Amino acid sequence: MEPISFLNIPTSPSIDKVGVEERVARFQTRSIKNESKRQGLKMVLSMIDLTTLEGKDTPGKVKQMCYKAQHLHDLHPGLPTVAAVCVYPSMVAVARKELKNASVKIASVSTVFPAGQAPLEVKITDTKFAVDAGADEIDMVISRGKFLSGEYNFVFDEIAAIKEACGKARLKVILETGELATLDNVRKASDIAIYAGADFIKTSTGKIQPAATMQVTYTMLMAIRDYFDETGIMIGMKPAGGISTSKLALHNLVMVKEILGDAWLNNHWFRFGASSLANDVLMQIMKTETGVYQSSDYFTID
Amino acid sequence: MSRLEILKTYKIYIGGQFPRTESGRYYTPFDKKGKPLANICLSSRKDVRNAVVAARKAFGSWSERSAFNRGQILYRIAEMLEGRRAQFIDELIQQGLTKANAEKEVNLSIDRIVYYAGWCDKFNQVLSSVNPVSSAHFNFSTCEPMGVVGIISEQTSSLIGLVSMLMPAICGGNTAVVLASEKLPLCAVTFAEVLNSSDVPGGVVNILTGSTSEMAPTLASHMDVNALITSQLDDSLKKNLSVAAVDNLKRNYEFTADWSKPESQGLNYISDLQEIKTTWHPIENIGGATSSY
Repeated sequence: MEPISFLNIPTSPSIDKVGVEERVARFQTRSIKNESKRQGLKMVLSMIDLTTLEGKDTPGKVKQMCYKAQHLHDLHPGLPTVAAVCVYPSMVAVARKELKNASVKIASVSTVFPAGQAPLEVKITDTKFAVDAGADEIDMVISRGKFLSGEYNFVFDEIAAIKEACGKARLKVILETGELATLDNVRKASDIAIYAGADFIKTSTGKIQPAATMQVTYTMLMAIRDYFDETGIMIGMKPAGGISTSKLALHNLVMVKEILGDAWLNNHWFRFGASSLANDVLMQIMKTETGVYQSSDYFTID
Repeated sequence: MSRLEILKTYKIYIGGQFPRTESGRYYTPFDKKGKPLANICLSSRKDVRNAVVAARKAFGSWSERSAFNRGQILYRIAEMLEGRRAQFIDELIQQGLTKANAEKEVNLSIDRIVYYAGWCDKFNQVLSSVNPVSSAHFNFSTCEPMGVVGIISEQTSSLIGLVSMLMPAICGGNTAVVLASEKLPLCAVTFAEVLNSSDVPGGVVNILTGSTSEMAPTLASHMDVNALITSQLDDSLKKNLSVAAVDNLKRNYEFTADWSKPESQGLNYISDLQEIKTTWHPIENIGGATSSY
């Protein structure tokens, strides 16, 4: 078998933007009945990567978030925990100490997140540092400058190198679709990431707008489906940034189910990268339980 | 061939926009002769929810504006209402008032807005205090707005009840979700157009039309509404609302004033929607002969 390189992956199909918009609009008109909504909301909670990626992050903030990850709203028993916490490499050790052997995973951004403007050695060191500190998952960024200059080989090889540095940790590849400009580029970047060894593809860093629009997520889901049809290998998906309401999260679930099917409807294959989504979902769940509209005053901030 | 009259469809007012109700429903109130007045949105609980979200979002910046600036904006509302007197008088006559009474109601409404505009940068001085305490503290109490106020307009007037209940709320830095009079809703929506063209930021006032008994319980039980004010509500609904308001310990007031009287205004309507915050500030001494303050 010849070694995998950018040269022998299939050509990406071009994307019909108008068609994508129409398809996506249809996902948003599905009527979701109460009981399904309740189950859907709990599923959303279990798929969240609770995230803090700020320059002002402190060990205290991370500790608090790790607590929240396991105790979303203790007033209401029976809620799941979130899937993972997502932090900077320097905070991984803090999170590991807090979470110990809890089922909540630790994801760390790496490769000089969010810009990714550094030499490969630095990115590999960054990644290894996070893995050694206890990260279960690595969220890397691609070199968008190189991608937009047409140096697809470079992007491909870089992802493959980081995948190797990850060891046992699962690799999520952030395309930063807000900087890729077109859906054709999103599809091409998705294909490069998948063939280069990504376990997950992820839309955005959350630092650039627009982030995880449904059109972008749809395009990436189609890339995952085509790869599955071709090889039988499943790839995970993580929309991140801009999904702050339960409604939008449920629309995303509808889309995943219809494009990829039930196999992807769990937190091993699908995640939401979000910081404020969890509280909105909690408020919706309490609304369905009590019949009364809720206030953020009664839910913990972090 | 006679011309077919076009009934205006009155829309609701949420977050500075004029959407139709998300439910797509409407109703048609009639005048005394049985002639339809207009098509009015029959808002649903989801509209109430959206309005509360808009009011909450607007609360931060509205309450942090300088009191003087809030006064300017309230005064601007009065100016814009003055400019559209004729339309309001027409609508009041349509809804059954005599011309003289309609003019009187509009005039009083304008005067009342000016009255509360004046209070904006004055009530805090009057209601606040420096308190004597027997310890080394500078102890003072000041007003803070409660937050989002739910207002169930008085049902027997179209304009003056709404103005009289709304103005003291926003004067004090609160934001509001108003349910208009069910049978006399015309002026409420036109008043929203006045608000929209008078520098009042979107979301500070949100006005919904529809069935009071349908919407009011949602507003009363909403955890993100901090106070509920009503006026001359029937007893059974009043009781239901009081029970629903208990969950988050909303302030709940029922006003019995006759709003059409010039004296039915005052500082108490502002202070009812303020919380008092008292601060204990460590200090050597204050007010004595050796005080340096």
